[in-house]
Amino acid sequence: MINLTKSAGLNLHKRNGAEILFQSVGMIAIIISLSFLAWLIITILMNGLGAAKHVEIKIPVDLSSQNVDPDNINDASFGSILKSGLRKKFVDVKIRKDKKKLYNLVSPEGSFELKREILKDPTVLGETTDIWFSASDDLSLFIRGRVDINVPEDQRQLSDKEVTWITQLKTEGRIRIKPNWNFFKNGDSREPEIAGILAALVGSILSLSVCFILSFPLGVAAATYLEQFAPKSRLSDVIEVNINNLAAVPSIVFGLLGLSIFLGYFDLPRSSPLVGGLVLSLMTLPTIIIASRASLRSVPPSIKEAALALGATPVQAVFHHVFPVALPGMLTGAIVGMARALGDTAPLLMIGMVAFIVDVPKSILEPATALPVQIFLWADSPERAFSEKTSAAIIVLLLFLILMNLAAVIMRRKFEKRL
Amino acid sequence: MSMNGSIIDTKNLDVFYGNKQALFNIDLEIEEKQVTSLIGPSGCGKSTFLRCINRMNDLIPICKITGKLNIDGQDVYDPSVNVVALRAQVGMVFQKPNPFPKSIRENVAYGLKINGLTSSKSELNDRVEWSLKAAGLWNEVESRLDDPGLGLSGGQQQRLCIARAIAVRPRVILMDEPCSALDPIATAIIEDLINEISQEFTIVIVTHSMAQAARVSNRTAFFHLGELIEVGVTKEIFTNPSNEKTQNYITGRIG
Amino acid sequence: MSNSKINLLKPVRPEWIDRLIIGGLGISAGIAILITIGIVLSLLFETISFFEKVSIIDFLFGLNWSPQTAIRSDQIAAEGSFGAIPLINGTLLISAIAMLVATPLGLASAVYLAEYASKRVRNWIKPTLEILAGIPTVVYGFFAALTVAPFIRMAGGNFGLEIASESALAAGIVMGIMIVPLISSLSDDVINAVPQSLRDASFGLGATKSETILRIIIPAALPGIAGSLLLATSRAIGETMIVVMAAGLAANLTVNPLEAVTTITAQIVALLTGDQEFDSAKTLSAFALGLLLFIITLILNIIAQWIVRKYREEYD
Repeated sequence: MINLTKSAGLNLHKRNGAEILFQSVGMIAIIISLSFLAWLIITILMNGLGAAKHVEIKIPVDLSSQNVDPDNINDASFGSILKSGLRKKFVDVKIRKDKKKLYNLVSPEGSFELKREILKDPTVLGETTDIWFSASDDLSLFIRGRVDINVPEDQRQLSDKEVTWITQLKTEGRIRIKPNWNFFKNGDSREPEIAGILAALVGSILSLSVCFILSFPLGVAAATYLEQFAPKSRLSDVIEVNINNLAAVPSIVFGLLGLSIFLGYFDLPRSSPLVGGLVLSLMTLPTIIIASRASLRSVPPSIKEAALALGATPVQAVFHHVFPVALPGMLTGAIVGMARALGDTAPLLMIGMVAFIVDVPKSILEPATALPVQIFLWADSPERAFSEKTSAAIIVLLLFLILMNLAAVIMRRKFEKRL
Repeated sequence: MSMNGSIIDTKNLDVFYGNKQALFNIDLEIEEKQVTSLIGPSGCGKSTFLRCINRMNDLIPICKITGKLNIDGQDVYDPSVNVVALRAQVGMVFQKPNPFPKSIRENVAYGLKINGLTSSKSELNDRVEWSLKAAGLWNEVESRLDDPGLGLSGGQQQRLCIARAIAVRPRVILMDEPCSALDPIATAIIEDLINEISQEFTIVIVTHSMAQAARVSNRTAFFHLGELIEVGVTKEIFTNPSNEKTQNYITGRIG
Repeated sequence: MSNSKINLLKPVRPEWIDRLIIGGLGISAGIAILITIGIVLSLLFETISFFEKVSIIDFLFGLNWSPQTAIRSDQIAAEGSFGAIPLINGTLLISAIAMLVATPLGLASAVYLAEYASKRVRNWIKPTLEILAGIPTVVYGFFAALTVAPFIRMAGGNFGLEIASESALAAGIVMGIMIVPLISSLSDDVINAVPQSLRDASFGLGATKSETILRIIIPAALPGIAGSLLLATSRAIGETMIVVMAAGLAANLTVNPLEAVTTITAQIVALLTGDQEFDSAKTLSAFALGLLLFIITLILNIIAQWIVRKYREEYD
């Protein structure tokens, strides 16, 4: 007699329990991985969004002719003008230590900002005017609620005195929060409150452009040869194994290669987008070749056969018929490769992109930095405000990556529809 | 007529794949310790019916089954039924031999091990030996039980699969066109095997070869376009069918 | 045209154009080999210069890593030691932690997605896991240093454990999570490649799904899974930014994951991002380390590809 119930003596109860346990383990593994991802993204977002706000402080400064000569603006000492303005605002401040704290309310960039303000609009000269300056990073953090005032005074960055001054300025409406456009307009700086990613962005764009211009045509050409024209031989097998291995070489090794050959042997300009792009293109080339080969392989052979049957030479058949169909797939592979190159830091460190670059590079031969390198450099800085900037730069980087991957997905969908 | 009593019987069995109905209102009885063959043209539903018996159709999400299918009077589609218990007691041999990528011994022992049917290593080995003998494979593999099952020829692999199914001593053995991937000699060996083991086991075999049905089975059921047209003693079906469609199929006019 | 006889000898366009184009394409393909040769040669060249200054035995078997170079030839105490063992040890320790984290998570996810998840769930979760692979490692490194390491240190403190602020554990865990999609996606492919007929046979004998997976499917897919684990290990060994930012530069020879260690890649960065003279032993040691790294990862990759290729032959 068949026994279909649970008591059939086949250890069914235990085995059922094992089944449920097994399934849960799989689900838990996925949940753990995705939770970590969520933890990372939320942390970076919360840390970085603070950098979107820029705090400014309004201080009256005396710009009469004894301080600034209208015919010789550049010679004025803007630092002292600013300092005396602060002293006039808070006349009770006498001790030197306190005065230093007072000056610390305004960013060290303040004196340059004063100069720029005057040069922009010389009509403010001649009298005492209110001018908005960038607040220092400590003041900025405090206004945005990032400083814990409940902690005893000696354990925080802002003393009680500074808190009093700030509160007074706030009541007088001399403190305001603006969106931080400087983040996108400025290059790097020693002062976190005005540091921006423009130089790094331009550096990345230049490097990636060099990378694309070099690796895409080469990669596509190599893939076309290997897929369509190469005879099946030991040599082509060796090349295929070679390319697969190159794709898995750690990126730092490519950096070493760049250092010794491009910088050492060819003496190309150090930390330039040219060298950066060269190194990145070496890294991306295997990826593009592999993706392009897959794309060519997916073109139905009937297309090439039809062309050949009409009397086209193999070259004509490939270039006029197979290639256009495979092109979207190749571009998709290239975009994915570029996305990976955008985020890769190690090889760029090797070729010297660790320098402190303030100016936006104007050509591919000037020293530059790149977005991931900028993130790395800022991450190293102890100031809390740089930590915010790092997260903000990461958000920008991730946004670019999302855009690139979306573009790749959209192109892949179009490609699959055509077939 | 039924000599031993029916072991499987279905009532109003309907099978749907999504919106398409594959089996219509099947009422069929399978006799115990006999070989029943299911014949009919391609797509008539005979394999679908076979897979209902051990609920292998459950693995296909869009497959819906209504009606009753009883084994020993118990409906296998009742919600209280444990599918694992069902499949451990109803064996299946597939069209293409599918031994596991393990040794010959491991293949035959698999069902015994997971269902905990033996209590000692020596008992396990005895059962393995018995199954291989019953499947007519023992003499050929006795000296190399630990060699990979995939190293055997096609016909031997299928006999290994039969041994694997027999080892758990199932109530019923289902065979889905077991010889269609084999050469004539291997086919003949397996048909002899079926004749032998049918003394002990109830066998339901789907076949697209009428000659094979005539050779191995006691009873035959003819399916056409999802309906059970006729069922009866094999000799009767092939020499004197009562239904015209059966007659047409046998003489080659349809299918 | 259709009346004159067929002309089988003269082509429509000159052949040399085609041959030129094909030749050009072939050269492009050859460049790929050129790159490999370039890597090997450049690393080799500098490494050989290095081994003229430091003996290869000291390098490969030395237990002390403190790379200094004498600034003046009469400086005795500034002789540095270039024993790479602490670096190799650190690399292996962190990679081992990463693999311990990534392997169960990756395999369990792969099995669940391949065998249990509905098509809808799979279509959502698989790309989401891939996001983990797409995040730049500098971001992981920052997160590890900013959040994970302090968290582990604090958690350890609650249990009475003294965990360094730059522990191998923190770097290893973050690296492990980064590797999960690599293992998951490769294993998912090999599990799906196991033929359905084997599953049918197992179910037909009354096995549960978990029994089928553990006894039939995973053993059948094992070569492919092993290959994917080797590739993941190779990736972990070659990883730079996470270890630079979260594991630091202490050339500590220990197997305690709660302490700080350094890796081959972190040292390469440290040696080459300071002020450097191009052919001091310090700078050259970076190339020697680079060659060591290249060889280790190359061997792992070759073995992994060989295993996967043999496995594919069995099922084609």
